[in-house]
Amino acid sequence: MKTKPTEAERIEMLRRAKLLTGAEGAAHAMRQINPDVFPVYPITPQTPIIQTFSKFVADGEASTEIINVESEHSAMSAAIGAATAGGRTMTATASQGLALMIENIYIAASMRLPIVLAIGNRALSGPINIHCDHSDSMLARDSGVIQFFVENAQEAYDFMIMSVPLAENHDVLLPVLVGQDGFTITHTAEPILLEEDEDVQNFVGEYEIPYPLLNLQKPTTQGPFDMPDYYFEHKRQQQAAMDAVPDAFDTVANHYAALTGRRYDAIEEYRLEDAERAIVVMGSSAGTMKEVVDDLREQGEAVGLLKVRMFRPFPTKKVREALGHVQKVAVLDRAMSFGSKGPLYMEVAEALFGAGPSMQNYVFGLGGRDLFPADIRQVFENLKNPEEMREMQYIGIRE
Amino acid sequence: MNELKKYHEIPIGGTVITKDVVQPKTGGWRMGEKPMVNLDKCVNCLICWLDCPDTAVLAEGTDFFGFEYDYCKGCALCAEVCPTDAIVMVPDDQEVPEYGRMLNGGPHEN
Repeated sequence: MKTKPTEAERIEMLRRAKLLTGAEGAAHAMRQINPDVFPVYPITPQTPIIQTFSKFVADGEASTEIINVESEHSAMSAAIGAATAGGRTMTATASQGLALMIENIYIAASMRLPIVLAIGNRALSGPINIHCDHSDSMLARDSGVIQFFVENAQEAYDFMIMSVPLAENHDVLLPVLVGQDGFTITHTAEPILLEEDEDVQNFVGEYEIPYPLLNLQKPTTQGPFDMPDYYFEHKRQQQAAMDAVPDAFDTVANHYAALTGRRYDAIEEYRLEDAERAIVVMGSSAGTMKEVVDDLREQGEAVGLLKVRMFRPFPTKKVREALGHVQKVAVLDRAMSFGSKGPLYMEVAEALFGAGPSMQNYVFGLGGRDLFPADIRQVFENLKNPEEMREMQYIGIRE
Repeated sequence: MNELKKYHEIPIGGTVITKDVVQPKTGGWRMGEKPMVNLDKCVNCLICWLDCPDTAVLAEGTDFFGFEYDYCKGCALCAEVCPTDAIVMVPDDQEVPEYGRMLNGGPHEN
């Protein structure tokens, strides 16, 4: 069971920490990784990532080739070219920028290019809105990329670093999206533990892909046309790559834990093992929920939280094991699939199919709408009689 | 037709490894004309080599060599871009020396 650090551990951690936003944390991770190429276009709330990283490069703290392109479509196109040629490539975007990239994200995934993207999760137009929800990342849900949603600035830093060897694992070779909640994480300063530059460099190692296009000793054609006789086989390969992710991520997470003491899993179980009621959520809201869970636990209520960090590939088995014994589960989605239930709910429902818990689905926080502890307490209260709320519920909406 | 392979038997991502595949001869796509070169006029600028949409212009080091008719589709780009008019299009059924190389107005032996 994951518990909060003791007061002494917290003080020791704060002594070593730097006060950084999630965006700065991601930029520091990139400085330490020092990718070869970084084609990028600014967009709120991702801009502080590229702004901070550009300063590092201008100051000579990283030797990355930054390409200032004219749109996110071009950013991803250039990233595909650079990664195909044989360079370690990263980029960053949010919201409409991710929407514009989507066509090429499918191509990067199908060409099996290990490009790591930092995402500042933001609502999609319209109406135009710059604040957080997860709708943008959900656009990439079926594209074939690995997707993480992090809870805080520390995770934003750590997952940027872990994503590099995960993406480049030869059984995987897929792009990775590391989503951090716009403003709530990207622009909020928190204490972060940074690792030594040299340790991060050694951790990520050298970039090595099987068929770099510029290797003239092994000439290849990349990204060609497929007829019906081979297209399906190449799609099946992408699923095989996804199937290899859990083991590859475990290895990466173990190595990272050996380096940092921070061991991450695809999911985080918080006070779940004897819980009768539980909430499932992704992103920064999990932090607020842990506080509420603690409060309710003190009042003797058997409640818990399951935070999903890895959305693709979805850790179906782990979610089933974590929630199988819980009687009542509420899934809180920060995105909608209009005309159906929330995307996270559908994954959790599939994972729990036949396992027995009663389920509710809530949508919250669209376009940056606040989620208050009282809202979370109400969800736990509603879960006492889950059958009364079978339809999708909306938290904090005026109706 | 090659035997169709299983999904785990082929390179990932649609990558084609040049040495592993049959190179289909596409010269049969020509529609009536093919290029020929007068080496007296050629200045080895290799603009034709650069512009050929296939790999039908052969070079030897940095020198122009001739045409690989097995892969030439007769698009005439090479004749169009040639700055000295050394390359001309001739009827496909006209007999030309190997690689289309002419010197002193006659066939050039290597």
